[in-house]
Amino acid sequence: MLRLPTFRYLRPESVEQAVAWRTDGGPEAAFVAGGTDLYPNMKRRQQTPPIVIGLGRIPELRGISGDSDTGARVGATTTLTRVCEDPFLVEHYPEVSRAARTISTPLLRNMGTIGGNVLLDTRCNYYDQTYEWRRSIDFCMKKEGTICWVAPSSPRCWAVQSSDLVPLLCAIGGSVRLVSPRGERELAFRDLYRDDGIDYLNKQPDELLTDLRLPARDGWRATYWKLRRREAFDFPVLGVAACLRLDGDVVREAHLYLGGVGSWPIEATGACDVLVGRRLDEETIQAAAAQAYRPAKPLDNTDFHMTWRKHMVRRYVEGALRELSGDGAAPRD
Amino acid sequence: MATSENGAPRELKVIGHPLRKVDARAKVTGQTRFADDLTLPRMLHAKLLRSTEAHARIVRIDTSAAEAMPGVRAILTGDVLPEPFGILPVSQDEHTLCIDKVRFVGDPVVAVAAIDEDTAEEAVRRIVVEYEPLKHVASIDDGLAPCSDADRIHDYGTHDNVHKYVNLEFGDVEQSFEEADLVQEDSFYFEGNTHLPMEQHAALAAFDPDGKLTLWSSTQTPHYVHRALAKVLAPLPASHIRVIACPNGGGFGGKSDPFNHEIAVAKLSMITGRPVKICLTREEVFYCHRGRHPVLMWVKTGFKKDGSMTGMHFRSYLDGGAYGSYGVASTFYTGALQTVTYPVPRYKFQGARVFTNKPPCGPKRGHGTPQPRFALEVHLDKVAHRLGLDPAQMRLDHLVPPNSLTANYLRVGSMGLGACIEKVVEGSAWKERYGKLPEGHGLGLACGSYLSGAGLPIYWNRMPHSGVQLKLDRSGGVACFCGSTDIGQGSDSVLAYVVAEVLGIDPFAIRVVTADTDLTPVDLGSYSSRVTLMTGNAALQAAERARELLAQAVAKKLEVPAVRLTFAEGRVFDVEDAERGMTFAEAVQAAEAKFGTIGTVGSYAPPASAGKFKGAGVGPSPAYSYTAIVAETFVDPETGIVEVPRIWCAHDAGKCINPALVIGQIEGGVYMGLGEALMEEMTYRGNRNVVHHHPSMLEYKSPTTHEMCDVISYVIEDPDPNGPFGAKEVGQGPLLPVMPAVANAVFDAVGVRVDEVPVTPEKVLRALQAKARGRDPRTGPTRLPEVAWRPPMRVPPPWEGGTGEALPREGVEVTK
Ligand SMILES: Cc1cc2nc3c(=O)[nH]c(=O)nc-3n(C[C@H](O)[C@H](O)[C@H](O)COP(=O)(O)OP(=O)(O)OC[C@H]3O[C@@H](n4cnc5c(N)ncnc54)[C@H](O)[C@@H]3O)c2cc1C
Ligand code: SF4
Repeated sequence: MLRLPTFRYLRPESVEQAVAWRTDGGPEAAFVAGGTDLYPNMKRRQQTPPIVIGLGRIPELRGISGDSDTGARVGATTTLTRVCEDPFLVEHYPEVSRAARTISTPLLRNMGTIGGNVLLDTRCNYYDQTYEWRRSIDFCMKKEGTICWVAPSSPRCWAVQSSDLVPLLCAIGGSVRLVSPRGERELAFRDLYRDDGIDYLNKQPDELLTDLRLPARDGWRATYWKLRRREAFDFPVLGVAACLRLDGDVVREAHLYLGGVGSWPIEATGACDVLVGRRLDEETIQAAAAQAYRPAKPLDNTDFHMTWRKHMVRRYVEGALRELSGDGAAPRD
Repeated sequence: MATSENGAPRELKVIGHPLRKVDARAKVTGQTRFADDLTLPRMLHAKLLRSTEAHARIVRIDTSAAEAMPGVRAILTGDVLPEPFGILPVSQDEHTLCIDKVRFVGDPVVAVAAIDEDTAEEAVRRIVVEYEPLKHVASIDDGLAPCSDADRIHDYGTHDNVHKYVNLEFGDVEQSFEEADLVQEDSFYFEGNTHLPMEQHAALAAFDPDGKLTLWSSTQTPHYVHRALAKVLAPLPASHIRVIACPNGGGFGGKSDPFNHEIAVAKLSMITGRPVKICLTREEVFYCHRGRHPVLMWVKTGFKKDGSMTGMHFRSYLDGGAYGSYGVASTFYTGALQTVTYPVPRYKFQGARVFTNKPPCGPKRGHGTPQPRFALEVHLDKVAHRLGLDPAQMRLDHLVPPNSLTANYLRVGSMGLGACIEKVVEGSAWKERYGKLPEGHGLGLACGSYLSGAGLPIYWNRMPHSGVQLKLDRSGGVACFCGSTDIGQGSDSVLAYVVAEVLGIDPFAIRVVTADTDLTPVDLGSYSSRVTLMTGNAALQAAERARELLAQAVAKKLEVPAVRLTFAEGRVFDVEDAERGMTFAEAVQAAEAKFGTIGTVGSYAPPASAGKFKGAGVGPSPAYSYTAIVAETFVDPETGIVEVPRIWCAHDAGKCINPALVIGQIEGGVYMGLGEALMEEMTYRGNRNVVHHHPSMLEYKSPTTHEMCDVISYVIEDPDPNGPFGAKEVGQGPLLPVMPAVANAVFDAVGVRVDEVPVTPEKVLRALQAKARGRDPRTGPTRLPEVAWRPPMRVPPPWEGGTGEALPREGVEVTK
């Protein structure tokens, strides 16, 4: 088995304590919730925080409250299993529960949290490898190296946004609350991410994510379609999230986000422009899908062939929109 | 053995019944102790420093920083153990630790023993190795290209980086093509893949003050590990080395070679005088590999209008990886079993294995035969379409007859393939559904055959392949000692069942002691599906000898002729008067009083093979198993994604020793085959220092239970005279037809050919797009490398006056 590096583990019991200890711990200290992302990364020496601050003992970070008229609040350390099964979410935010069910395995969902999920490190087949493997190709710029092996002439990192919830939460809107020694702020989901494989968050490392706000349920409908090799536990190599507001069968508002095909959730604005103001029929769906796949930038750093993945964007956008039009089935989960 | 001593049919009490395995309870309650579970007092932990270069000369190794660390007890480098080893006598090309150069990313260079794993790991990171990179070889094409002496991966082999050529011709195939109504030519590619056992390799060595070494290891072949240790650790006498194979958490061929880490911990224990243990990481297991060779293939066959063959010419090009391993045998196997299913009157085989800078390939379930089987069965499907014949009927019309000799001198005994085909045709409603399902839905059929043990041992000798010793004591207890290794397939149980059947006792009362080179007689190991047939026969002989001794003593005591005695339900009694008898324990006591301590032995060696030419050693087997499979697919024409909801599999196992274990093997084989058919790929980044694409369970894609199809299994029992109770193999055969059946079903579903394994969605979609544009609706290899073959060895087939001897060689051939 791969060994974890040695580190100090702290267990704060309140948000204030967590934030204070994070500051005391210095720039390389890290928060950990379920650890399903952080610990494997530490075993591979992608991250080696000397101090790890566990969030499991902070009651305020857990749980679900609010209602669908004004919007719901989901605490950052709520487990994914709870997100899948919570009766309130299943009833009022079924697409969120459904997207969470596509994440990995039941075991991982028992440990993994929603906060950890939306902050998930970007992924790349050149980066999610052991220290020794990475040394064999002489590292890459995301960790220890200077070059990007996926696109060697590129000045940036193209590691892939790989959370299943992120595209959906961006599509439906909503926000996160962040707390740091400088105070507290609220940030829209859509503003949380950056198009950079290394600096992929508009969150400071010392900011603690306390909770997520889901928007009021006021007439929108949404869905999430996920492509991966094995339904049992693979990361998405494409995620299509669509959220529409319809007036009869005419689209009034459209938000389409693509996950797994870029370093951040890519907003398919071209497709949204096609949709708004038109009847959601097969012709519109195909025209939107033809636009949607343009901004997708799959590269050779995930499972599957990149041209095939790009091709699949069209198919999956069609599927998602057909489902929302009432003419197509929901994806299996 | 279905008859009693007096010749009357006897009901089998144990054989053929779905009993639990003798080790089942320990397994399901987590009590089984695998190598990784073992600890000894004062035990040290070892780690290996592995090469980060694909091909390089070692300029300098600086271990000083590691040595200075508290807790580090020993550091071992290659120069200490200069003696090479390797599984085949012709490929002694591995060293415990690389001495002057490294040959792939992951090749072990330094071993460290320390007081705990973290210290050992940190010490490994502090070792500095300076390399001088050499040109690397990343593909079959690279491997066939000329190269300078300095850049050769090994300084042995045929030439440059070619490890081995095989060129055998059984009759004039060119002439056979002229006699054909149709000549079909195809090329295929089968990507490499690996075993992926759940248990990662682990080994523990303890060198005691008396100068004796014990190694516990997760190995399928303790006997060969013993030989390798004796060779490398000389002058330590072989008799001072004991190898104990722990229960394996899966092997599939991946634990059949002696490995660097096993020898390294042995030596580290000798240096430190303390037990030393190593547990490999999953990544290291990928580097041990010895899995399926990537093989490029070309086949040309002549057919008559009725689908019978006139002759076949088959070529295979194998990407061998960095060491020999079983590779020479693998190369022969890619050409050996084409002839045992449908008659091939004339046959030519050319094979080339090249060295490349990747982890070594070797034997994985089916060893060298799934790749050509894929090619052959898809090739036949295409021909059936061209000739307008039903693919199932075409095969049924042309089956190799039982008790016959093939063109390449393989002796076929029992042959149940016809019955297998009929079963799956019926089960899948083939006649009503094949070719008639709606677009996107398809059925595909394919067959296969496999050895029940290799006819020849790995190193030349005239000794038995398997030995069994039985000890019977006066309590009525029976202990069965055998060198065989249970890798989960149930070989310990088979020993108990066979002995119990013959002695008429409860199999769960037998103590089975296996896989310990000090305590048990040699069995060559768990590979080539040899164990049930060979250890079964050895156990049968030992048990019959014991029964004979007991019968003599009991006959005397009861004053009944020995032929009238029967052994059943823990008693020995007169068949004509069941009251007249005694318990089994009393029978043993009677025998012990008469003969002294009761112990018997049994052994087994396969019959001599019919071929006498060089290379005839690979392919012969005491018996061949047969399998037929129908796969059902759904292909999404929009995405190319292939789903396999159901597979029907009929397997001719000769006779089930235990039907539950037979069906378990069928399902396991189908599962593994499905992974190979749809997704598994052991691939490397040739342009990035030939690193493995993704040496992890997450990114090396293998099916989970979720992706597993339904399997409808049929067992055909066509007992073979060479098998114990008629039993043949089932461990490997059922895997073979899965890949071609899936590819053939994809064709039935959407009319495109993917002449490549795995059949991935991108390949299916590419073929569909080609079809939509009016181009050849196919993905697969389009060119073959140029090879200067050595002249063929010509062996006339039996029906052309051949005796199994080769004719004198002549000439050189160049082919494109
Ligand atoms: C085999 C495997 C398969 C997976 N498959 C999927 C998949 O299909 N889809 C998917 O979306 N994900 C997948 N994951 C990723 C991951 O497990 C989940 O996304 C999970 O939700 C992460 O949550 P966590 O609580 O375990 O995160 P952690 O590992 O605890 O944290 C992740 C990151 O977020 C930071 N962090 C966590 N909580 C906070 C907080 N409250 N405030 C500030 N920072 C915080 C941590 O410092 C760390 O950098 C998979 C992981 C594995 C190992
Ligand atoms: S995209 Fe490039 S820089 Fe980023 S992780 Fe992958 S290889 Fe490294």
